[in-house]
Amino acid sequence: MSPPPATATAATAGSNREQSIRRTPTIGRSTPELRERLQRIWETKPGLYGWLATVDHKEIGIRYIVTAFVMLVIGGIEALIMRVQLASPEQTLLSPQQYNMLFSTHGVTMIFLYASPILSGFSNYLWPLLFGSRDMAFPRLNALSYWIYLAAGIFMYAGVFLGAGPNDGWFNYVPYAQFRYDPGLNIDFYSLGMVFLGVSTSVGAANFIVTLLRMRAPGMSINRLPIIIWGTATASFANLLIVPAVSLAFFLLWLDRQFHTQFFQVPGGGQPLLWQHLFWMFGHPWVYAIVLPAMGMVSDGLPVFCRRPLVGYAPVALATVATMLLGFGVWVHHMFATGLPGLSLAFFSAASILIAVPSAVSVFSWIATIWLGRPVITAAFLFFASTIILFVIGGVSGFMTASVPADWELTDTYFIVAHLHYVLLGINVFPVMGATHFWFPKFTGRIMDERLGRWSFWMTFIGFNVAFLPMHLTGLWGMPRRVYTYPVEMGLGPINMVSTVGSFLLAIGFLLFFINVLRSRTRGVAAGDNPWDAYTLEWSTSSPPPPYNFAVIPTVASRHMLWEEQLGESNERSNLEEGFILDHGKEALATSALDAEPQRILHMPGDTIIPFVLAAGMLVLFSGLLLRNWPITAIGAVICAADLVAWFWPRMSLLERGPAHG
Amino acid sequence: MHPLGYLSGSGAQTASVLPLMWFMLIVSIVVTVVIVGLVIWAVMTKRAPVGPQSLRTVALEHRDGVKWIWAGLAVSIVPLLVTAFWTIAVLAKTGAVPAAPLTVNIVAKRWWWDAQYRDGATGGQFRVANEIHIPVGRPVLLHLRSSDVIHSFWVPKLAGKTDVIPGQVNAMWIQADAPGRYRGQCGEFCGAQHAHMAFYVAADPPLQFAQWERQQMQPAFAPATAEASAGLSYFTQHCGRCHSVRGTPAHGTFGPDLTHLMSRQTIGAGMLQNNPASLSGWVENAQIVKPGALMPNQHISGPDLTVLRAYLETLR
Repeated sequence: MSPPPATATAATAGSNREQSIRRTPTIGRSTPELRERLQRIWETKPGLYGWLATVDHKEIGIRYIVTAFVMLVIGGIEALIMRVQLASPEQTLLSPQQYNMLFSTHGVTMIFLYASPILSGFSNYLWPLLFGSRDMAFPRLNALSYWIYLAAGIFMYAGVFLGAGPNDGWFNYVPYAQFRYDPGLNIDFYSLGMVFLGVSTSVGAANFIVTLLRMRAPGMSINRLPIIIWGTATASFANLLIVPAVSLAFFLLWLDRQFHTQFFQVPGGGQPLLWQHLFWMFGHPWVYAIVLPAMGMVSDGLPVFCRRPLVGYAPVALATVATMLLGFGVWVHHMFATGLPGLSLAFFSAASILIAVPSAVSVFSWIATIWLGRPVITAAFLFFASTIILFVIGGVSGFMTASVPADWELTDTYFIVAHLHYVLLGINVFPVMGATHFWFPKFTGRIMDERLGRWSFWMTFIGFNVAFLPMHLTGLWGMPRRVYTYPVEMGLGPINMVSTVGSFLLAIGFLLFFINVLRSRTRGVAAGDNPWDAYTLEWSTSSPPPPYNFAVIPTVASRHMLWEEQLGESNERSNLEEGFILDHGKEALATSALDAEPQRILHMPGDTIIPFVLAAGMLVLFSGLLLRNWPITAIGAVICAADLVAWFWPRMSLLERGPAHG
Repeated sequence: MHPLGYLSGSGAQTASVLPLMWFMLIVSIVVTVVIVGLVIWAVMTKRAPVGPQSLRTVALEHRDGVKWIWAGLAVSIVPLLVTAFWTIAVLAKTGAVPAAPLTVNIVAKRWWWDAQYRDGATGGQFRVANEIHIPVGRPVLLHLRSSDVIHSFWVPKLAGKTDVIPGQVNAMWIQADAPGRYRGQCGEFCGAQHAHMAFYVAADPPLQFAQWERQQMQPAFAPATAEASAGLSYFTQHCGRCHSVRGTPAHGTFGPDLTHLMSRQTIGAGMLQNNPASLSGWVENAQIVKPGALMPNQHISGPDLTVLRAYLETLR
């Protein structure tokens, strides 16, 4: 099948300039000369400037992944210290204040600085490759989103290292978080840090959405999208709706603390429950935002090792969206004990029980995919398959807490600690470790060591279950959450010791995993383009991919582009050898939203330091706000404003200035 | 064995909740076992006998299996619906406050519990800390207030949690169906000593409860010895700003009411057994026993501590 004609060429030419916008793109094959030309156009210059200025989605994706893994290690060390403190009753390794800061920082680190950014990293790297495209829709925004994430992470951890990390839990309930009860800078670091980080999440989400709508290869209609795209896109739509709620809440809290406003303060007529609503309206959908893309990794990766297409593509894709839609209607299950009226409890309880249905679709689809396939056991397969087991355990405990009267006992006990870790490790960390094994060859051109991979799998899987499976019982035996110690006579010593031992086994598993990553990067077996014989477009380009991803834009005819011959689902064939050659500068192709018909040639921005400077300016601005130092705040604001002027200054090269008609 | 465990209970509330809890627990375990079994069985019976290097030698399968998803959902929906309806039924049952309850006003504070009783007949009232007595077999309505941050009232063996939120009065009812001492614990993170914000609900047979109520209603006895009298004047001077003892000039309300301190089995919100040794340890070094607590260390000399302790021991 030859590429369809680019409708963008239909317009009649006006001036010469107009012709350069509306030219007919050449159709051709990839040649060494073309690849060399594209390499020159797309590659990032070496050196520090190039490093700060790059807008290559692959480079940004890797940075996201590396930074998020560093946060995972930091959050993990915090967890180990807590597990030592809790290993037996009435220990005094940590003071209550130290423990409270540790558990809060652990939560904030894992939820905001690891779980979401790691998925942004994989999606940033993979989206354009999965789409047969050359970059994200807004490469500079993409760079900005990473730099802000890094700056906000540094901002929050500056607080931690100054002894002023968050200390009221990640949920940060008022009035404890008010100045009166928590007068240090702890909550100010956290509040402003969250507003800052929210900018990164929001611009990232907008970028994913526009990329989804505009940047797919011709023929990649929505029924041909990989599930990870469904997951990340759904999460991105949700993020655009929910992040404002939490940014607002944290901003109002900061005003309450520093300027005596009364949004949440009882004496001034404020409402502590308002905070809880704003937080959980964000918080619960957010949980789905940090698992749906990871579920997509399993849905796309598992079939490759099972040697068959995913069972039930359409139900799984629709269940992804349905989970999120229902996910907007369950936030009150975090507030069942707050004294809300019975009718609303009944509604939110029923909704929380029924959200199990779309989640179950994925589980049954994955089991059927193994069952009706011919699974080849690899480390990646083991991580993906174990996700099913961990997800089900996290799912059934979630189902128990959805029932209001049971939740009144279960809530705020270790049962919930067990539940949330099964969910977040089960359907974020384990899929991510599987995805790392799966896509590492694409990232680096080398395969991760299989033997070490299996060792790290069994160590993390066993360690995780030894640590967290008994915690259900710890909770049912009445251990409350967020306690720095517990009395001997509660009878909880031995079971806590088991969890502590498990947590160290888990840590060894992670250590093996990271050793594998670092070793295989230089010493792994060369991968070739498609070591797993996988079926999506990223495996059709070289490993690692060239800066321009694809020399010619592929044309897509099915969901399994590289398996069409073997599957024989239809007579149509994707065309990966011949397609649009876009080589008049940094160019990409825009296609229509639903059917991915070619529409326009996009002129993509080159490398620029502007996003980095904006993030740095914002860091200055937020530091000024934190210290209530208005000169510093003003300097930050001026840097940001000047940077934005430079960013939006119209450029001929991007066709941002209209043609001069007489 | 596990004083806070809630897989068993002795309350009217837990009697309706526990069957549902066990039902869900068993369903959850069965589901987990079945799914784990399916995954392991599928991997074991279907695995291709090749390593990752020769993966592409395994021919692709493409049988459609979407019916298995629908079958799985059809099976799953049954326990989900049963649970949803059962939940709403239990909710209706536990929500309705039984008639003619005894009412106790609870104020949660960092990091202890203040319980205020009012005698309907005489209008007299008294306050106790961290040990809430109730009559067995009779519903007790609790009005929950907070004087600072959010706490949560939780006596696992009698009922689930109800948050205690500043600016609003939450109500819950409990009823113990067997006499005993039931441990309670703050269920919402509330700062430094959240871990040690425990309390007890003592369920007494009705006659014993009435006797307890009568006794608590009494003011403190006047000290009988010179030592205790010296202790009282020390107490009034140094402790009376925060603590009260009815019948003396000490009527601070920031800390617990100590009128019948020695009738309680524990001090420090369930932390320590109430005996002379732990009492003096607490008075001298509360910050070492319970770091961050709002009771400061008392820089108290040996003789003063002796007379103070002698006085406190008279508060029966």
